[in-house]
Amino acid sequence: MFSENGLLPIIAILPFLGALVPGLMIRAGRNACASFTAIPTVLALVLLASLAPGVMSGTVYRAEITWLPQLQLSASFFLDGLGLLFAFMILGVGLLITLYARFYLSSKDPMGQFYTYLLLFQGAMLGIVLSDNILLLLIFWELTSLSSFLLIGYWKHLPEGRQGARMALTVTGAGGLAMIGGMLILGEIVGSYQLTDILAAGDQIKASAWYAPAVILILLGAFTKSAQFPFHFWLPHAMAAPTPVSAYLHSATMVKAGVFLMARMWPALAGTELWFYVVASVGLVTMVLGAVIALFKDDLKALLAFSTVSHLGLLTMLLGFGTPEAAIAAVFHIINHLTFKAALFMTAGIVDHETGTRDIKRLGGLAKVMPITAAIGTVAALSMAGFPLFNGFLSKEAMLHEASHTTWWENPWIVGALATLGALFSVAYSLRFIFHVFAGPVRDDYPAKPHDPGFGMWAAPAFLCVFVIAIGVAPFLATPVVKMAAEAVTGEDLSFYLKIWHGVNTALLMSVAAIIGGVILLVAHRPLERLWATMPRPEAKTIFDSLITTTQQVMRWLTGMLHQGAISRYLAIFVAATVVLGLIAFSGGAMGPATRDLTPVPPVAFVGWMLLMAAVAMVVLFHRMRFRALVVIGVIGLMISVGFVYLSAPDLALTQISVETVTILLLLLALHFLPKQSPHESGPARRAGDATLAVMAGVAVAALAYSFMMRDFSTISDYYLANSKSGGGGTNVVNVILVDFRGYDTYGEIIVLGIAGLCIFALMEALLNGPAGRKLRKAEFGPDRSRDRHPLMMVVATRVMLPIALMVGVYIFLRGHNQPGGGFVAGLIFSIALLMQYMASGFAWTTRRQRIEYHSLIGFGVVIAGLTGVGSWLAGRPFLTSNFGYFEIPPIEEFELATAMLFDLGVFLCVLGAVMLILYSLSRLARHAGETVNNEPIDYDPSRSVQASSSTGKGA
Amino acid sequence: MELLVASAVGALTAGGVYLMLRLRAFAVILGLALLSYAVNIFLFSTGRLAVAKPPVLDGYTVSDFGAYTDPLPQALVLTAIVISFGMTAVLVMFALGAYLEAGDDKIDMDGPDQPDRQIAATTPQGSESDGITFGFEPRERDA
Repeated sequence: MFSENGLLPIIAILPFLGALVPGLMIRAGRNACASFTAIPTVLALVLLASLAPGVMSGTVYRAEITWLPQLQLSASFFLDGLGLLFAFMILGVGLLITLYARFYLSSKDPMGQFYTYLLLFQGAMLGIVLSDNILLLLIFWELTSLSSFLLIGYWKHLPEGRQGARMALTVTGAGGLAMIGGMLILGEIVGSYQLTDILAAGDQIKASAWYAPAVILILLGAFTKSAQFPFHFWLPHAMAAPTPVSAYLHSATMVKAGVFLMARMWPALAGTELWFYVVASVGLVTMVLGAVIALFKDDLKALLAFSTVSHLGLLTMLLGFGTPEAAIAAVFHIINHLTFKAALFMTAGIVDHETGTRDIKRLGGLAKVMPITAAIGTVAALSMAGFPLFNGFLSKEAMLHEASHTTWWENPWIVGALATLGALFSVAYSLRFIFHVFAGPVRDDYPAKPHDPGFGMWAAPAFLCVFVIAIGVAPFLATPVVKMAAEAVTGEDLSFYLKIWHGVNTALLMSVAAIIGGVILLVAHRPLERLWATMPRPEAKTIFDSLITTTQQVMRWLTGMLHQGAISRYLAIFVAATVVLGLIAFSGGAMGPATRDLTPVPPVAFVGWMLLMAAVAMVVLFHRMRFRALVVIGVIGLMISVGFVYLSAPDLALTQISVETVTILLLLLALHFLPKQSPHESGPARRAGDATLAVMAGVAVAALAYSFMMRDFSTISDYYLANSKSGGGGTNVVNVILVDFRGYDTYGEIIVLGIAGLCIFALMEALLNGPAGRKLRKAEFGPDRSRDRHPLMMVVATRVMLPIALMVGVYIFLRGHNQPGGGFVAGLIFSIALLMQYMASGFAWTTRRQRIEYHSLIGFGVVIAGLTGVGSWLAGRPFLTSNFGYFEIPPIEEFELATAMLFDLGVFLCVLGAVMLILYSLSRLARHAGETVNNEPIDYDPSRSVQASSSTGKGA
Repeated sequence: MELLVASAVGALTAGGVYLMLRLRAFAVILGLALLSYAVNIFLFSTGRLAVAKPPVLDGYTVSDFGAYTDPLPQALVLTAIVISFGMTAVLVMFALGAYLEAGDDKIDMDGPDQPDRQIAATTPQGSESDGITFGFEPRERDA
């Protein structure tokens, strides 16, 4: 059934879906692009409006899409009064900004990109205000940081834009990280990550010992986002963004996210001493500081930016007071600030757009040339100053009223005095905005010829001004909205009504003082400015930059210390650390007595062991003579294979011996191009140190292996043994485990092998096309190469053996399910058979006869194995469930077919393809190095050493 | 037998670690090869040693679990052997690439890992004039 709750996720997702469109629609023109950006916003607004009556009457809508309920991860949304107010502001201003940006952006700016970023941001903001799960909220929170980074840096060619974007991301991102910590603490205190649960558990939270860290961390997030002192500095630098972005992010939405969060968390966190002293004080300082700085900024947008900082401080302070009345004032001021500040930013944008400058010193007298803009700007600025009959007056009165009877550290007047001071400077910079930009004589030195823009551009700010005046004159219009949101903030029933005239009270007197003082400040602006210029004051950007540079240097130093390029050192540290950790673990545990007897050692096994040990010693001693070491390492592999045979592991023996063969071939091929000897590089001391470490590691591992081999153990393998034949249809349990019980692992493993093959192929491509390839083409071969590169005996022998070897491979493959063998071994045997052809008859000759690309073998292998797994879905079973049956086709005796066989075929193909691709890639090196191509399989050329060049291209 | 297997694992590990700590890529590859032998046998031996008890069933149902050795470590080791081949191959490729680009197969860099400097260093160093010779060098150092 259709439910209104179900609309919430749709509203939240709409902007994200919409974000896909502008990038495409820009091809249809700029109007189409802007219109299609507006569609999801309008749709979301309509849906939201349909829920508004319910919310106004007190319903809280909820929707939850569970994902991992065990971890309390779910996409849950809820909508109450506060959420509704913010959602309306986000979408409404978003729509106005879409319109405004259509006319603001020049034809050179990539508009599709802009609208995509804008909708991404809008979605992220909307997500914050609608989230019920705090983890979800955190995700949206980070998304706003990221999308605002894109928006601030939208003009990529401007260095200020890039720097501003980076700074904003660093500061807000760092705050976001702190907030994640705080939110997790909060979630752990309450035992739930649902916001509604947390809000209901305010007393439990405040009583918890973890309350203080949680509050501090969450406030760090909120303060950085809402540009509170001392994190306020990023906001003015973010003004390098296009003006629509400033109007949207930096007045109406993103910077309000911190305020929103404080309001949202109000019932859970507010009302304690800690909250009051931290939040109210920071807010108060920010308010005054922002207002003072704003007065001395000549850049219109910088003035507005610091004014925003100041007003955000005001809101923070009000929320910090922790009283319901202050919360009402805060909510009211959120609405009012939104209307006049967005309008002011857009006005600043228009002025910039039309006159070509935002420098107040170069402006003035615009009222005569741009009357509409001037009217809009004046209305909005008067509201910002807090003049009566504009909405800013009402909330500022409320703020002053609250401030006047707040006691701070037993001091009853300090908050009120400072608030009045802030208001006073606020009046001053607002009036400066009006008088220094619009009033005065028309100048003749504007960078461009100014006139009012088209309707499209001033429509949005004018629309906002309607609210400024309407609320200012008839505040009762706003009462229900403020009541709804304030009740959602406080969680209490509030009864109040907003009105203009409260009689002559302290707040009014403070307001009058502020206005008079502001006018005086404006008159005395010039001397004050000179004074300001001589005053030493810290430049936040310099501090920030030096902080970043220092961090970078420290980190670079640290990285340089730890990571100085010597892999051998890292490895030594790693081995030593592992041995030490092992020793600690070993000494910490208790070991029972040995429960198993030693297995007897037949003389042959002992001889094998002697051979192995001798071979290891020889590899270590003679590793400099690489060729010799390679031969000896073959002995080790051989002995291990024999050992596997003796110790009841026929499958392993088969695999080991075939892998051994291809590994040696691979290393031989590689050695062809590597130096044949290693020089003496490390001194005796270092060798002794390494040897000590190596022996320690060896002894430790040996001791560990011996200890557990002497003790009994419990295994899950009985299950495999019992079900191998009846459930998997094969008697070779190892193979059944590989292709059936643990088929998923095997599937992953063949993919890894395939990736290794492709990776080597790609590396080789890159190598051959790079400088190394050029070097190779000029390389010379040593004088001692064999003239008989493709010996007759070998060619004949390998060709005779090819069909036999392939047949053995098929046999091994087919019997794999019941007898030792299977896809892995068969793939390796096939590879060896083919490799022999390469070795004997030459690369070109063999390649010419190759019908299937090795890449596609890998692909086929993975696809066949995957499809086998998917096939079991059709039978309604989980991935890779195998099935088998017995068939009889006369005259062959009854045989068994299992889907596992098909899976094994995939394994086989993938192994074959990967191994061949690897060796094939390596042998391409030889071709590249100018090795001659033989047309015939046998190309004995006695004249080669005499006349090397004549044999190029054609064999003898 | 257990002693032999354990000592073999130990010797392979020790040899592998020692070679891994050498300064040339080829020695490291040999070392890792030894180390993967050691790891494979180690894993295999967690199923304990058994003689003449291969995990290949001779009947439809299994009544005596003791008649067979533990198949699970064997299955794990089987894929490990194949994967270690893939890993060795990738390493060999790296070693080859490094040798052909830089002119030697040292594994340690001279200084800290700094990308900007690295790029500057490799391009001129890979000067194409100094040709390389493949094949055995004169035998005097072989002894």
